[in-house]
Amino acid sequence: MARRPFPLIVPALSLALLALVLGPVAVLLAQPGAAAAAPDWAALRFTVLQATLSALASVTLAIPLARALARRRFPGRAAVITTLGAPFLLPVIVAVLGLLAVFGRTGWANQVLEAIGLPPVSIYGLHGVVLAHVFLNMPLATRMILSGWQAIPAERFRLASSLGFGPADTLRHIEAPMLRAVLPGAALVIFTVCLSSFAIALTLGGGPGATTVELAIYQSLRFQFDLPAAARLALLQCALCAVAFLAATRLAMPPAFGPGLDRTGGPPAPGGWHRVADATVIGASLTFILAPLAAIILRGLPGLTSLPPEVWTAAARSLATALPATILTTTLALTLALAHARGSRLPAIAATLPLAVSSLVLGTGLFLALRPFVPPTSLALPVTIAVNALAALPFAFRILAPQAKSLHDDYHRLATSLNLSPAARLRWLILPRLARPTGFAAGLAAALAMGDLGVIALFADGHSATLPLTIHRLMGAYRMDDAAAAALLLVTLSFALFWAFDTMGRHAAP
Amino acid sequence: MDTSPSHLRPLHLEMPMKTSLAAGFALIATMASAETPVLTVLTYDSFVSEWGPGPVIEKAFEATCACDLVLIGAGDGAALLARVQLEGAATNADVVLGLDTSLTAQAAATGLFAPHGLSGPSDLPLAWDDPLFIPYDWGWFAFVYDTTRLATPPDSLAALAASDIPIVIQDPRSSTPGLGLLLWVEAAYGDKAPQIWADLADNIVTVTPGWSEAYGLFLEGEADMVLSYTTSPAYHLIAENDATKAAALFTEGHYLQIEVAGKLAATDAPALADQFLTFVGSDAFQSAIPTTNWMYPAHTPATGLPPGFDTLPKPATSLLMSPSEAEAARLPAIDRWRAALSR
Repeated sequence: MARRPFPLIVPALSLALLALVLGPVAVLLAQPGAAAAAPDWAALRFTVLQATLSALASVTLAIPLARALARRRFPGRAAVITTLGAPFLLPVIVAVLGLLAVFGRTGWANQVLEAIGLPPVSIYGLHGVVLAHVFLNMPLATRMILSGWQAIPAERFRLASSLGFGPADTLRHIEAPMLRAVLPGAALVIFTVCLSSFAIALTLGGGPGATTVELAIYQSLRFQFDLPAAARLALLQCALCAVAFLAATRLAMPPAFGPGLDRTGGPPAPGGWHRVADATVIGASLTFILAPLAAIILRGLPGLTSLPPEVWTAAARSLATALPATILTTTLALTLALAHARGSRLPAIAATLPLAVSSLVLGTGLFLALRPFVPPTSLALPVTIAVNALAALPFAFRILAPQAKSLHDDYHRLATSLNLSPAARLRWLILPRLARPTGFAAGLAAALAMGDLGVIALFADGHSATLPLTIHRLMGAYRMDDAAAAALLLVTLSFALFWAFDTMGRHAAP
Repeated sequence: MDTSPSHLRPLHLEMPMKTSLAAGFALIATMASAETPVLTVLTYDSFVSEWGPGPVIEKAFEATCACDLVLIGAGDGAALLARVQLEGAATNADVVLGLDTSLTAQAAATGLFAPHGLSGPSDLPLAWDDPLFIPYDWGWFAFVYDTTRLATPPDSLAALAASDIPIVIQDPRSSTPGLGLLLWVEAAYGDKAPQIWADLADNIVTVTPGWSEAYGLFLEGEADMVLSYTTSPAYHLIAENDATKAAALFTEGHYLQIEVAGKLAATDAPALADQFLTFVGSDAFQSAIPTTNWMYPAHTPATGLPPGFDTLPKPATSLLMSPSEAEAARLPAIDRWRAALSR
């Protein structure tokens, strides 16, 4: 490897991230607490079951949608692709209320069923939990897989057609290798994010049968104040994530298409019934994604003009914390993804782990670690920024990693033979060619940072309420209409941030 | 309202990141401690919110104390106790306000609280003699319903369990009202509690992590009844001029939630903390409670309760476990609750 100026930066950064994530867990483990109780097998089983089903269902449904979007051109296609970012950005309670407006007891779906004389369906149960997780994560998986399709040079498809490849041959020789590179990573992040699901699992699971490990963590921290017990549960989540990580690493295989001439065109678009099938897939997916979003908009719109001034102040504060978190996440993710592309394993672990550790445990551990030095409340905003940046890192990394890998494989020798300096490599090779995933990753990071509530409550100083916290306060004060309007404001701002970064990335791409 | 400090806050906090963290915090600390004494009250989130009692109470106390009252919201009641334990003796807080009697045994056991030395409140349905905690408001847990959707509500927990009325409740492992319902069933039925839960299982549409989610689901029509308080309909009546919400009275009696305040032994302003606890019992504090916290005040103020509160039903029997009973009952009751509902 020629001329890497700061060879130690990436390992140091990775270790620092690991320390930042595991340090707080260690701090909690060291606190006095009750003896280790028998593990809650029922909660563990339900946690793994719902996360596995959610991840498999999300990526399975995402493949036909991503393929349809990759090979069809239609008016509004760009808007559809941007909208795919929206569900993932919804705060949990907003997403739940949106889904209930559609699939709930008196929701639209049941109204339709009633009108045509069919019995109502209930959303509550394991299927409801999976439905909600698919709603939130399937669009994200679609974007990740779509990026994979767009990264296949158009020349490969043309070569395939001149060799007389049918759809089955194209799938086998061109598309399957791409899917093999992208799917395990996408499934891994969705599995991991669903591992720590708590409010969705409980609320839509319909009762204590839907207990997850995260709920047990909450109970240990809040009601039992048994800190080591919470830390042990957090380590259990890490172990589950580690197993998934190893499985994904073993399954993932980088494709070797070689560089192309930057021709766009996507995969061939067969006519006939394929065309009808693609239209159906896109139409059905859009309906599934847009209906709950429409419910959220309709519910919040009437109150939007009469929102209390505190909501706008909180919105400004949320924007102010989201931007630094975005810069931090994007820089970290790009650095780690490029190092990962050069073949080192550590960055991938460092970039995945933050998702595995419950943010409640992270926040509590940080609180205890910082307390001897500074009053934790004086750190409310920096801690929020840091934790939000950490929380978005796994997603940003997974979006960047596959394309950083292809970029390295395709252009490393050329760049080395041209004797490009690291700065020139970044300016002329890396940034332009990774602009699309970088914009997408930055957009997600920004929007995620707008929505997080987990840690701020612990460090709250009484004067720094963010928009999600304000929504929670409005709901706590019975003001559900104001809360719905504030939620719509949050969703709009998050989506606007996401859209801005995503569009910047797509415009900067070659 | 008091928005100027929050405008400034991000600037204060971004500066030290660039320069030296320690110097920045020292600066803020000196700025805060200059001249006026500060009383820090740790409470739950909905108390400090712009729509809770916080702003009114801060103004009223600061008018008499020549001090700066800082209210810090720390999640809900359970998160508040966890925060007190996390901060331990090193805390900057002087007073904790917002624990309820299902948490006070655990709070007392931390040894972090000091006796208040005040006499008990006058308008509680039960006698009060806790040396560490002084009540500031209270309410009865009750199932709230919409009179346009449910014409004849059940008249007991048993009748509710026997009916097919869909309800939403909160999880006792993450929410104080959820814990309140658990103790309610325990107090009313003792050893027969698991049977009531087994009979309730088919009524429960879902269990939510906290009160807001459950109440939101009820208002959106997901259930016909929700676990809340007998005072909840007063919000709809007074703030929204909507008389369609009502609380059902149950013959077994209703479990009480009594919310208390206590002085931290580690306070650096004991006199000011005592002054605040006395202020908690005054008309200025108590008159803010009914229409901001939507609970009954611990002392009825001279002006009486606001109009609308007279329409609320009053249970004949109040149920309450002592703090030590509640603490002892909690974990076994949660296990039985899970077993009965998971079946």
